[in-house]
Amino acid sequence: MKLRKVTAASATVFALALTATACGGDNNEGGGSGSGDGKTITVGIKFDQPGLGQKTPQGYAGFDVDVATYVAKKLGYNEDQIEWKEAKSADRETMLQRGDVDFIAATYSITPERQEKVDFAGPYLLAHQDVLVRADDNKIKSPEDLNNAKLCSVTGSTSAQNVKDKLAPKAQLQPYPTYSACLPGLQNGAVDALTTDDSILAGYAAQSQFKGKFKLGGFKLTNENYGIGVKKGSDLKDKINDALEAMVADKAWQEAVDKNLGPANYKNEPAPKIGDIKS
Amino acid sequence: MSSVLYDAQGPRAKRRNVLLTVVFLVAVAALLWWVFGTLKDKGQLEWALWEPFVHTEAWSTYIWPGLQNTLKAAALAVIIALPLGAVLGIARLSDHAWVRAPAAVVVEFFRSIPVLVLMIFGLALFAEYTNVTSDDRPLYAVVTGLVLYNASVLAEIVRAGILALPKGQSEAAMAIGLRKGQLMRLVLLPQAVTAMLPAIVSQLVVIVKDTALGGAVLTYSELLSAANTMSGYYGANVIASFTVVAVIFIALNFALTSFASWLERRLRRAKKSTGAVVGAGDAEIAGTAGTGTGGTV
Amino acid sequence: MFDFLEDYDLLGAFWTTVQLAVLSAVGSLIWGTLLAAMRVGPVPLMRAFGTAYVNIVRNIPLTVIILFTSLGLNQTLGVSLGANDVETINFRLAVLGLILYTSSFVCEALRSGINTVPVGQAEAARAIGLNFNQVLGLVVLPQAFRSSVVPLANVLIALIKNTTVAAAIGVAEAAVLMKEMIENEAQLLLISAIIAFGFVVLTLPTGLFLGWLGKKVAVKR
Repeated sequence: MKLRKVTAASATVFALALTATACGGDNNEGGGSGSGDGKTITVGIKFDQPGLGQKTPQGYAGFDVDVATYVAKKLGYNEDQIEWKEAKSADRETMLQRGDVDFIAATYSITPERQEKVDFAGPYLLAHQDVLVRADDNKIKSPEDLNNAKLCSVTGSTSAQNVKDKLAPKAQLQPYPTYSACLPGLQNGAVDALTTDDSILAGYAAQSQFKGKFKLGGFKLTNENYGIGVKKGSDLKDKINDALEAMVADKAWQEAVDKNLGPANYKNEPAPKIGDIKS
Repeated sequence: MSSVLYDAQGPRAKRRNVLLTVVFLVAVAALLWWVFGTLKDKGQLEWALWEPFVHTEAWSTYIWPGLQNTLKAAALAVIIALPLGAVLGIARLSDHAWVRAPAAVVVEFFRSIPVLVLMIFGLALFAEYTNVTSDDRPLYAVVTGLVLYNASVLAEIVRAGILALPKGQSEAAMAIGLRKGQLMRLVLLPQAVTAMLPAIVSQLVVIVKDTALGGAVLTYSELLSAANTMSGYYGANVIASFTVVAVIFIALNFALTSFASWLERRLRRAKKSTGAVVGAGDAEIAGTAGTGTGGTV
Repeated sequence: MFDFLEDYDLLGAFWTTVQLAVLSAVGSLIWGTLLAAMRVGPVPLMRAFGTAYVNIVRNIPLTVIILFTSLGLNQTLGVSLGANDVETINFRLAVLGLILYTSSFVCEALRSGINTVPVGQAEAARAIGLNFNQVLGLVVLPQAFRSSVVPLANVLIALIKNTTVAAAIGVAEAAVLMKEMIENEAQLLLISAIIAFGFVVLTLPTGLFLGWLGKKVAVKR
């Protein structure tokens, strides 16, 4: 009888120890601290978009990351004082409203609906919805050619649905959890095109494995004004706008574009004027 | 048992078996040949796509944090679901209909609903009615879904564990004048817990597998979604990343399954025990009264 | 209160769920029985294959298997299962994934059923000169099936619920619709209740009926 109690007890201890170690691993006690107290600043970015915001073994890399780093520097934070957080598309407004992050630079298009909930600094990049196709595929020359084509996109993304609703009603949608899952299929011909913002597509096409294999359609289906999201009414907005202007003025902006998006022959629009939102 | 199904093999049967073996081997080899041949044609076997996994950085940056989150969700789910399941399971054995009936309804209801539906519900619930941060919300949702479902499965395991004990145990306890609460607490539960251990460990396998739903549908950063982040960085090595992740899942769950059957064998061998053991698949067989929803599937 | 439902194809989504479940159930019963036959058969290589298959497949999350059918089989190996449009391809891939996964549980349920058949049955069958296929097909499996009705019912119910995992590759079944409705309408509790009710309607009677059937056909020993 005693022995059995010991077995049960040790099983419980084992289970508890398991949670203790499992929980011990991460302690991102978040909470966006107010700016300017010289400690840390919390920035929301994407973790899975090469060229814009990608988690890498060496840290975080991409155009959004470079812009955010520059802005943070102007706000008085060094690179090692930035705490990066993953800002998934659906979570961005809530993260800002609740103060989980101080600002968000995560392919965040300025739209009227979002402006009701959060404030935007910028825009800092004008992108367009576009398609990525195989380099040797000459069938898709205009958006209408996407009819009957297989179009890959991510689950819950509106860009593929837009194409289907407005331009090519007969297009077939293949949803995946991330864009990178679309690439093998695109390469092998299982899907015909991948659609989202051209800046994001350029990031994928720029990866060394895919050099020369994919090309951008150049359709400019929409205007996407990437802004830096801040909490509504935050005084950060003006400071970030000043930082963005400085970044364009001292050429750091163009350098960041060339470094992150250049390899894909991405022809970027000139740096947008602050507050100039193209609809 | 299996050897009872066929006779000792004579020369003809041996020849036939050799022939069958060869045919089967050729079929499997042809399939593998085609799979690897096509993968090679499509450039999926190029070393560049697999190379990241021989370096520690891929493991420390993506896989280990993902695995930690998988284990974290699974461990939290078990630890919350176990006491809940015990209470529900004991309640279903109550002498009072007003305790038995609600417990039965709760258990049967949550066992009939897909765990993914429970998770989606949890995610929306936490977003709408609580102020859990967006960082934690997927974890909360995954754990909620797993707890609701697995507490009901564990309730059936507990019930089966108590029912599996020999009747003499309760009779003897009542004969020496123990009350119902004492009977449960001092006699039945301690023995049942030991008898249930293998089934509980097997249920852990189900829980670990179900956390992957959180990665694929709820944006919880567990092991499966680590494959996504990883393939973004390593040039869309989707096949390689998913294969590595699948192998980790197999290894982890295989270890758990082996541990469960080792426990089961050991408990069945132990002479001092009452001989009551709830194996991996027994809970659902015991729970035929209701729907019974395949505890280990 | 229920007005918004008119904008959504609720019945259509559950019809997809039912189709996924029925096709996968038939497929996994066939493949699972074959696997069980391999595992108890006289050919060592087939026994090893059966054991390895079951031990590997049931330890992989179904989500991973279904994503693999799409990303691996379809997108990389070019298997489209005879369909041309994305919707049909994904549906068939999901059925294939569910079959591959569920059959390992069918195999185990049948094997436990085979173990309940008394040794004397097989011995008697062999004594009158039946070979392995006849012993298994005419004597043992018919009895094994009868005593595995309840475990098989549990596998079927789990399968019905597992069809929701097809959401991972975008098959428009009930869970996908639920997510869409929750995102668009502020009716969380009502929507969840409706979807939950749908699954209770699918699983509860199935369980009760097969539980009753299991008792009715069980071999009295």
